[in-house]
Amino acid sequence: MAGDLVLSGLTKRFGAFTAVDDLDLTVPRGAFFALLGPSGCGKTTTLRMVAGLEEPTAGSIGLGDDDITGLRPYKRPVNTVFQNYALFPHLDIFENVAFGLRRRGVKEIRRQVEEMLELVELVGYGDRRPAQLSGGQQQRVALARALINRPEVLLLDEPLGALDLKLRRQMQIELKRIQTEVGITFVHVTHDQEEAMTMADTIAVMNAGVIEQRGAPAVLYDLPATTFVANFLGQSNLVAGTILERSGEDLVIDAHGSKQVVPVKRSRVADGEVWVGIRPEKVFLARAGSETDTGANSLRGGVVTDVSYCGVSTQYLARMPWNQELTVFEQNTGARDTFAVGDSVDLHWQPSHTFVLDARQDATAGVEAEETG
Amino acid sequence: MTALSQLGGPPAAVTEKPGRRFTAYLLLLPGGLWLALFFVVPLVSLLSASLYDPSGTVETGYAVTGHWQNYVDALQDYARPFGRSMWYALLTTAFCLLLGYPLAYAIAFKSGRWKNLMLALVIAPFFTSFLVRTLSWKLLLGDNGVVVDTLKWLHILGPDGRLLATTTAVVTGLTYNFLPFMVLPLYASLEKIDHRLIEAGGDLFAGPVTTFRTVTLPLSMPGVVAGTLLTFIPAAGDYINAELLGTPQQRMIGNDIQNLFAAGAHPTAAALSVTLMATIVVLVLFYVRRVGTEDLL
Repeated sequence: MAGDLVLSGLTKRFGAFTAVDDLDLTVPRGAFFALLGPSGCGKTTTLRMVAGLEEPTAGSIGLGDDDITGLRPYKRPVNTVFQNYALFPHLDIFENVAFGLRRRGVKEIRRQVEEMLELVELVGYGDRRPAQLSGGQQQRVALARALINRPEVLLLDEPLGALDLKLRRQMQIELKRIQTEVGITFVHVTHDQEEAMTMADTIAVMNAGVIEQRGAPAVLYDLPATTFVANFLGQSNLVAGTILERSGEDLVIDAHGSKQVVPVKRSRVADGEVWVGIRPEKVFLARAGSETDTGANSLRGGVVTDVSYCGVSTQYLARMPWNQELTVFEQNTGARDTFAVGDSVDLHWQPSHTFVLDARQDATAGVEAEETG
Repeated sequence: MTALSQLGGPPAAVTEKPGRRFTAYLLLLPGGLWLALFFVVPLVSLLSASLYDPSGTVETGYAVTGHWQNYVDALQDYARPFGRSMWYALLTTAFCLLLGYPLAYAIAFKSGRWKNLMLALVIAPFFTSFLVRTLSWKLLLGDNGVVVDTLKWLHILGPDGRLLATTTAVVTGLTYNFLPFMVLPLYASLEKIDHRLIEAGGDLFAGPVTTFRTVTLPLSMPGVVAGTLLTFIPAAGDYINAELLGTPQQRMIGNDIQNLFAAGAHPTAAALSVTLMATIVVLVLFYVRRVGTEDLL
């Protein structure tokens, strides 16, 4: 489609290290696209190649009908909101925002800058220096400085990374509003899965130079394709199992002696060893031996080892007979039983919430990265 | 108030315990004494010497008469070398900036792992005395030296042309000697520039030249100001280069002051010294006002 950003076979090596490995990606025009991954996964390098700040070792970058792979950064219709903003300290806010327009010899600079300052809610700050502004205000100046040029693609490199939690939430909403208002393609690089999910309409999860999975946030969360995505995007319980048979549209899986039923379309593999995956909030915790709805998947014989009360929800850890600890989030609706450490419990959930992954993948991939992020 | 408290000196310590105030004064004492002894006393002595009655001699002593005429006489007699000093210092500063900026830029941004070696090479000349280095230039620029022979062979210099004992030689020597004082502050301020600001310039449609003009150069202005001051001030007062590489036609004010002191004409020499000092202070203040902004100093 016209105006799409198309990366094909994009590769970047630094000496023996491959930062980005044969990446193929299409970002539709007008999308709010997030590249999500832990630090060092190659997402920033990818962004810098699109900006022209890094030269690809191989592959090409296309924007609409043009190949921009070899174009110098100042000739690309692409602008960047830098990590830590990189505002010009010797220029006031007005001149920072006007910088791109002045370079292109645009007329009516004053009117455009004032409009842009209005968009980012910084009217009246034009004659201040960047150092006199708070982090959130500087962030908005960086955004205005890039947006005023009406780029075909706006690149955002961890734009909210330097802000505190509360301000970050506020800016997430703000960024989303501005993107909707201007309709420019946003490519947003972040290691924060929550940030990616709240803002982007499409997320590409990146790990070790390759894209593990891409799709809408809800799709990625509901049906992760790899253990890395399952662990990095939210949390997952991954229980070892073996596919026994296919029965109609379902797979029957043995997991530590109990039979699990999973729709075929929710499995990545057709037979053999697998990981049976379930999100912690999809699990219902019940007293040991209690009856369940027919058709629910169950794992029995757990013992509660930890209870963390988080206000809206309570997080339980249950140790299973095969010595694995599973996580369960229970909403504190008041309608459900509560449990204490040492209680014997069973875990139940719907087959339609189960997902099945290839057992050859590391069950802990992406776990640590999520914790530090 | 914040500026004062940053100094940590007595004014901010008013509300603190007397013992702390005492410590602050104690810490100021050695430096203060040193300055009093070797800066204030000589300065007062120089100022008073510039007002001595010139009819005295070193042997007979001078009458302190408040003889302002010394200044008028000195300026009338030495206006030309005085102007020449300023002109040479200006040329030296300009050449040092032209040579030093690219060098400092290369060391700061392009030298990679050679950075420390290149910095060491900039400082290396200081391991030899100023005098010895200037004497070497005398050999280098000598009438039958390699440089002159080569320039003659290339017909850049006529058959009777020479380098030694010319303005070129003096300004070359000054430029050589003061180049490190330009390069080091320039390097320090270029090195501090966040590389992402230069990338941001490129990202915002500024080509390499425009990025340099609108981002790199303005951000390196503190280094330019410091470097030009550190070059201009000592160059204006220098006399070694003019002495060794020039002739009486290239005489700088430093040479005259030195000659006058040697000849025992203390009042005139002192008057010239004070004038030189005052001129430089005024020029520097004017320059810093013009070029420097509140973020530079």
